[in-house]
Amino acid sequence: MNYTFDFKAVIDSWDYLLQGAWLTVQLSIGAMILGLIVAILCALGKTSGPKPVRWVINAYIEVVRNTPFLVQIFLIFFGLPTLGIRLSPDLAALIAMVVNVGAYATEIIRAGIESIQKGQIEAGLALGLKPLQVFRYIVIKPALRTVYPALTSQFILLMLSSSVVSAISADELTSVANNIQSQTFRSFEIYIVVTGIYLMLAMMFSALFAGIYKLAFAYDTDRR
Amino acid sequence: MIRAFSYNEFLFLLSAVQWTLALSAIAFIGGATVGLVIALARTSDIKAVRLAATGYIQLFQGTPLLMQLFLVFFGATVMGLDLNPWAAAALGLTLNASAFLGEIWRGCIQAVPRGQWEAASALGLRYPGLMRYVILPQAVKVAVPPTVGFLVQLIKSTSLAAIIGFTELTRAGQIVNNATFQPFLVFGIVAVLYFLMCWPLSLLSARLERRYALATR
Repeated sequence: MNYTFDFKAVIDSWDYLLQGAWLTVQLSIGAMILGLIVAILCALGKTSGPKPVRWVINAYIEVVRNTPFLVQIFLIFFGLPTLGIRLSPDLAALIAMVVNVGAYATEIIRAGIESIQKGQIEAGLALGLKPLQVFRYIVIKPALRTVYPALTSQFILLMLSSSVVSAISADELTSVANNIQSQTFRSFEIYIVVTGIYLMLAMMFSALFAGIYKLAFAYDTDRR
Repeated sequence: MIRAFSYNEFLFLLSAVQWTLALSAIAFIGGATVGLVIALARTSDIKAVRLAATGYIQLFQGTPLLMQLFLVFFGATVMGLDLNPWAAAALGLTLNASAFLGEIWRGCIQAVPRGQWEAASALGLRYPGLMRYVILPQAVKVAVPPTVGFLVQLIKSTSLAAIIGFTELTRAGQIVNNATFQPFLVFGIVAVLYFLMCWPLSLLSARLERRYALATR
């Protein structure tokens, strides 16, 4: 091996890399929040909606879960303009991420909702709460608590898979790396540094989720 | 000049399916082989071995697959090897799959009740025999549904090989789209082809899981 490593190109463009990492964080957090909303609505529809609604939601989940994220991005970014909807790469990336994570998170949250004991829901209805109130005040919080680990690891996977949106040149971390690479030809150095940044981001999100759990869900569940 | 999307373009996409399947098969076989070692290391009694396997898994699960493919692809050049995109994709996906399968199978090995380990060692079986005759046959039963489920993820992951320039289904879609400029049709067909590969496996995985849940109730 007679290759001399040269990290100068990487160090010189650290502010550019930081910008890319920041957009990755923004896209990820945006997609997590919007995806969570989509997923809660779809999970509600899937567990208690009328048949046609359930059918549509099931189709959405199966299509998204059985096709690659990259193809979904291409369909949204290249396909939608032919229908007259033109999107910037960043917006297309965000939409693709929301659509993608929404489907996975729906199944996770549905499992959480189904883990709530029937008696709790009946008790809520008996107290005169409307079905949506039962969902809002009795079902959703313990349901999210039960599936919290699965949900947050899905979110971290989402953050990692956001690197794929570089294929449509959204300006996130991987795209930035590609740009620096094509100007300096220091491919290995750049990608190893960027891989390290992703690893750090994954750990940061992990810590963030642990913090949120402590704030929102760390209550006693006294079940004998 | 823009070409029209004709039967020939469709056949080109269809023939690219074989490369997606071939890449998936190689990555699965390679990933399963290395993954078994990782799973055994992860459940080992020796702390250093366990830690090394944990680090390996966290490294591959904590970084994007695309970066792993880039690093294999460009890393080979650094080492003075000339790896074509096909070999780089196969190697990258193998490493990635081994980490995921290793973690899935660790769970399956640990799902075998402790008493089985104790009984087997009380009967005088040492580690290889204990694993081969007592633990792994029971772990395999638990492992089948999530492994089939992972296969779906693996087939979808092979689409990233398109980005490093290996012509599988997604790359074929890009090529056809560049010539015909009918993205909705082309990527729609590509998506349908992936769906036809993945959906049966998803259904199978769910069915096996239900059957297993019934059997152990």
